[in-house]
Amino acid sequence: MSRISSTFESLKRKNKTAFIPFLMAGDPNYDLSLEIIKTVDRSGADLLEIGLPYSAPLADGPTIQKSSRRALDSGFQPRQVFELVEDIRRESHTPLIIMSYINLIHKFGMENFITRCRQSGVDGIIVPDLPPEEGEELKNISSQIDLIWLLSSNSPASRIDRVTRAAEGFIYAVSTPGITGSREKISLEIKNTISKIKEIREIPVCVGFGVSRPEQVKSLAEFADGVIVGSAIIEVIERAVNYPAGDIEDAETEEKLPVSINQQNLLDQLEKFIRNLTEPL
Amino acid sequence: MSVHSETKTAKRENGKFGEFGGRYVPELLVPVLEELEEAFYHYQDDPEFHQEFEYYLKDFVGRPSPLYYAERLTKKLGGAKIYLKREDLNHMGAHKINNTLGQVLLARRMGKEKIIAETGAGQHGVATATVAAMFGMDCEIFMGAEDVKRQALNVFRMRLLGARVNEITRGTKTLTDAVDAAIQHWVENSEDTFYLLGSAVGPHPYPVMVREFQSVIGRETREQILDAEGRLPDYLLACVGGGSNAIGLFHPFLDDEEVEMIGVEAAGLGLDTDKHAATFSRGCPGIIHGYKSYVLQDENGQITPVHSISAGLDYPGVGPEHSFLKASGRASYESATDQEAVEAFKLLSEIEGIIPALESSHALAYLPELASKLDQDKIIIVNLSGRGDKDVYTVAEEMGTDLK
Repeated sequence: MSRISSTFESLKRKNKTAFIPFLMAGDPNYDLSLEIIKTVDRSGADLLEIGLPYSAPLADGPTIQKSSRRALDSGFQPRQVFELVEDIRRESHTPLIIMSYINLIHKFGMENFITRCRQSGVDGIIVPDLPPEEGEELKNISSQIDLIWLLSSNSPASRIDRVTRAAEGFIYAVSTPGITGSREKISLEIKNTISKIKEIREIPVCVGFGVSRPEQVKSLAEFADGVIVGSAIIEVIERAVNYPAGDIEDAETEEKLPVSINQQNLLDQLEKFIRNLTEPL
Repeated sequence: MSVHSETKTAKRENGKFGEFGGRYVPELLVPVLEELEEAFYHYQDDPEFHQEFEYYLKDFVGRPSPLYYAERLTKKLGGAKIYLKREDLNHMGAHKINNTLGQVLLARRMGKEKIIAETGAGQHGVATATVAAMFGMDCEIFMGAEDVKRQALNVFRMRLLGARVNEITRGTKTLTDAVDAAIQHWVENSEDTFYLLGSAVGPHPYPVMVREFQSVIGRETREQILDAEGRLPDYLLACVGGGSNAIGLFHPFLDDEEVEMIGVEAAGLGLDTDKHAATFSRGCPGIIHGYKSYVLQDENGQITPVHSISAGLDYPGVGPEHSFLKASGRASYESATDQEAVEAFKLLSEIEGIIPALESSHALAYLPELASKLDQDKIIIVNLSGRGDKDVYTVAEEMGTDLK
């Protein structure tokens, strides 16, 4: 059984919902992103999702786009993610999932990419622009690595069936048709999709896209096996990077490079944010 | 199996042209694209749909567009006989309208009320706003802020035609960012919104659909050259950005082995600079905007910024069917620099009384090299995909003339 599956099994025994934070590798730079991931991991992550920065992130909203841009501007390149994972693995056994757009994997070479994933300690991969129809090749070579597929509230029954049968690890259920980013309201329509999935097969289903508040986490936890939060966490980093002095009112300074980031302050804020978010779980 | 029949079967194989094409999109878009695919194939076989399409092509667009023998250009270059397929004479001045018309008729049949589109130079935006106005549909155009600045005239045209222009300020603020934004908007609004893609790119079924609507160019050309010369041409020449005018001309000739096809892409300031849009010359296979094809990218797989004097060729990908034609050897791809395109722009204006679009000027720019080496009994057809009125400011600036 994969590390992802056994994590869900053990959470289930405790009747708990998984909390899965998403962070961008290399944002705002290699060293600080490593500290950020370690802090978030310690603060209550059951699984970790780490994104590879990409120049054309089709499924991502402004927050994650900017996060990608910051990582690339710092000189971070996707291949460095494996070093980062090795560094994380020195002190953590939390299941770790890589999110990468298909072009990066294609350029890397699929076999090579999967080999590096295995060697560094990656447990799963999410490819947001690779539906199962195009994913055969990757699936065939990625034994020991769970390929996580997505479904959404607009997925017709035939797709739910197809994706659910192919699924490994867990299914990523997209809360609202759209792109990533914090939302005021989260539709609970996804609940129907989850029931349909569970009729086909008992596999963990985690909900993401738009989740940003403890009360949203709480309501999703009632029917989902896990909750994925990305943009809301990255917003904490974005504020620290854009307003190093903590002067959030001064909107003019947005997009400006940080003079110096108060690292400890940022890590403290993140810890507080994660603890607050996971309180209902 | 011939290349032609192989590309025809693409429609039943998830839009694959050999290894290229496909549907690399977020899961959310899959059902939406499946709905579109189903509607497209349904109406593709519907005589009533075709009748309506042909009616508007004739009475609204003004088709068929002439195939014109460019006698003075032929003499000047001193080789093969040169014909121009006059897509510049279409309503609104470019080939783009063939596709927007086809897609808007499809959108209406699918019950969609809103049209969105991306645009680079603004030509596709104008062509989309035109057909939206024609049928009274809500229309929003996504355009990079950089392009909005460069193409003020087209932005005004779109607004005049009742469209909203959504200025995209992220990334390089050009076409590629506009495509991202349009796709994202579509993901959120697919219920009532039709995404009218402007070139033979994107996830299946777009490359097939756009090619089918643009193939009217090649079908007419075939008949016209048979009428005029009693035989097929030796060469077809067209500019390639996304590649819709080229595939529209090439496709009906794919089985005619004696016809050679050459696409000309934008070499910008030169192939050895980092300012070009020469996807075939300098790119390699990858995935962009939902399809697999040649892509301009760096060694890490990041999409690289592109440049061309012609905003319509300023794109880091290329239609997947072109990648297939290149890989199979059926077509070949050359490039022309900004400067060569401007020279061709001036030459055609002076010698034939036709001001070509800067995009089309890239195809014309390859003529001196090709035509002059060929015997006088050879025939070349160039797709004059658009007229150049929109480009006079750019060319004037290039020539050091101040029009302001």
